[in-house]
Amino acid sequence: MSTVEEKLGTLAFKNDHQSHISIPNPKICLTQCKDKPCTKVCPAKVYDWDESQKKIVVGYENCIECGAARMICPFQNIRWEMPRGGFGVSYKFG
Amino acid sequence: MADEKFDVIIVGAGPAGASAAITCARTGLSTVLLERGEYPGAKNVQGGILYTKMLTEIIPDFWKEPKPPVERHITEQKVMLLSNQSAIHLGFKSADWRKEPHNCYSIIRVSFDRWYAKKAEEAGAELYTGVLVSDLIKKNGKICGVKTSEGDELFANVVIACDGVNSLLAQKAGLIDEWRPDEVALAVKETLALPKEKIEERFSLEANEGATFEMFGKVTEGMLGYAFLYTNKESLSLGVGCKVSHFQKTGIPPYELLDHLKAHPILKPLIKDAQSLEYSGHLIPEGGYYSMPPLYTDGFLIAGDAAQMVNPSHREGSNLAMTAGKLAAETVIESKKTGDTSSKFLSLYQKKLRETFIIPDLYDHKDLEEKIEERPELLTDIPDLVCNAAYEYFNVDGRAKRDVQSAILKKIFRNKAVRKIIKSELNLKNLLGLFKGAVKSALNYKNLS
Repeated sequence: MSTVEEKLGTLAFKNDHQSHISIPNPKICLTQCKDKPCTKVCPAKVYDWDESQKKIVVGYENCIECGAARMICPFQNIRWEMPRGGFGVSYKFG
Repeated sequence: MADEKFDVIIVGAGPAGASAAITCARTGLSTVLLERGEYPGAKNVQGGILYTKMLTEIIPDFWKEPKPPVERHITEQKVMLLSNQSAIHLGFKSADWRKEPHNCYSIIRVSFDRWYAKKAEEAGAELYTGVLVSDLIKKNGKICGVKTSEGDELFANVVIACDGVNSLLAQKAGLIDEWRPDEVALAVKETLALPKEKIEERFSLEANEGATFEMFGKVTEGMLGYAFLYTNKESLSLGVGCKVSHFQKTGIPPYELLDHLKAHPILKPLIKDAQSLEYSGHLIPEGGYYSMPPLYTDGFLIAGDAAQMVNPSHREGSNLAMTAGKLAAETVIESKKTGDTSSKFLSLYQKKLRETFIIPDLYDHKDLEEKIEERPELLTDIPDLVCNAAYEYFNVDGRAKRDVQSAILKKIFRNKAVRKIIKSELNLKNLLGLFKGAVKSALNYKNLS
């Protein structure tokens, strides 16, 4: 058994200085999205609800690039693009 | 490589892309293969089982190489039905599967992709890694090249999109919009290190022989999907995948589902002391036949995951991708001869696909997932019921066998889920419907152009 953080620790990332993920309209997360499925279903726990800032914080550095976020958001409010060439996760086994 | 013109640009160096590149380059077409990862395979995940036949059609006798890109040849396949405490196994093992060419192998996908892309380079394709294609270039409505995220432009007579389940190119070509959450599955897995003697001992395997397990029931918490365990040379691949729409509905974190699987009392001893080498996650296009996009347009073809070419009920995908990549390449080779890269000419690709197993298999499994989804009890109540019945049957508790048997039958027929299924399935209307449906789909299939 291991936490998701430990699981992600097995991976190699080359992080870009710019995020490949954004939330175009943070207001929707606050006012319309009760369940916030992105905070649960993302396999790398990239999306976290920050109660003090009242918004979703995006830890793009941990993204394993499955792409599910685009489909998980009920409001199509996650803009997910591929990291630039050569950046992001590099699997050794896959 | 700025502003160059090629016969063909292939985007994505996975099984579909490398197959296409090898086939094109071998006939002398100027071929460029672009991969966004630092190296081929860097972004790719597979369970993974690789079927031999489709690869031998491109690289004959690959297994005879000094270092073949495979782990163990599979001699045993098991399906398991799991409840919380128990498991029913249905397995098949064959000595025939010890003979070459083997039916299938377990693979480490990244090693495989690196090997396969090297074959494309050896055939004469130019491979560029770390290159993200961000857009298509069109001229008079026809696709004639690609633009990279760094601003380079490359031109070609035809572009083949093999860029996987998150195909940006199929979207840019206007052939798909976005997958719905019920058209894709999300799978997570861990590669777990275990010495080879332990693997062979725990799974009763000879040297280099491997086993596969597909697991249904409690392990998916009622979501449509299954778990898998495959034996590699010195590691195990353990994972679980379910429909994205079901993850969305249940809100179960995929890594927690994986941890439950690892803690299952039947599986735990099999992975004991195995250290996690890597965690991974990927989408699997499981929409099947209905979700396949148009496969061609002017100057453009799609193959592999990008085109939803996956048969989940038979855990096949990379083999479909290889055959499709090869057929896309053969279509491009034909188009080079005639100089015609119009949509009309490239439709030859679809015709070729219909003549293989790919479209017939996807067509025949098109309604399977929907049918299971209509019966959610198949994923939860029924596995429990069957495991409990087996427990009662094999457990000697002093009762006469006839009493045990009638108690089990009573439980089965009084079970709500079973009653529900019997009630809704066993009636004249359904039987007639089944017959009509079979005739209709047979006719439909015959009429597909």
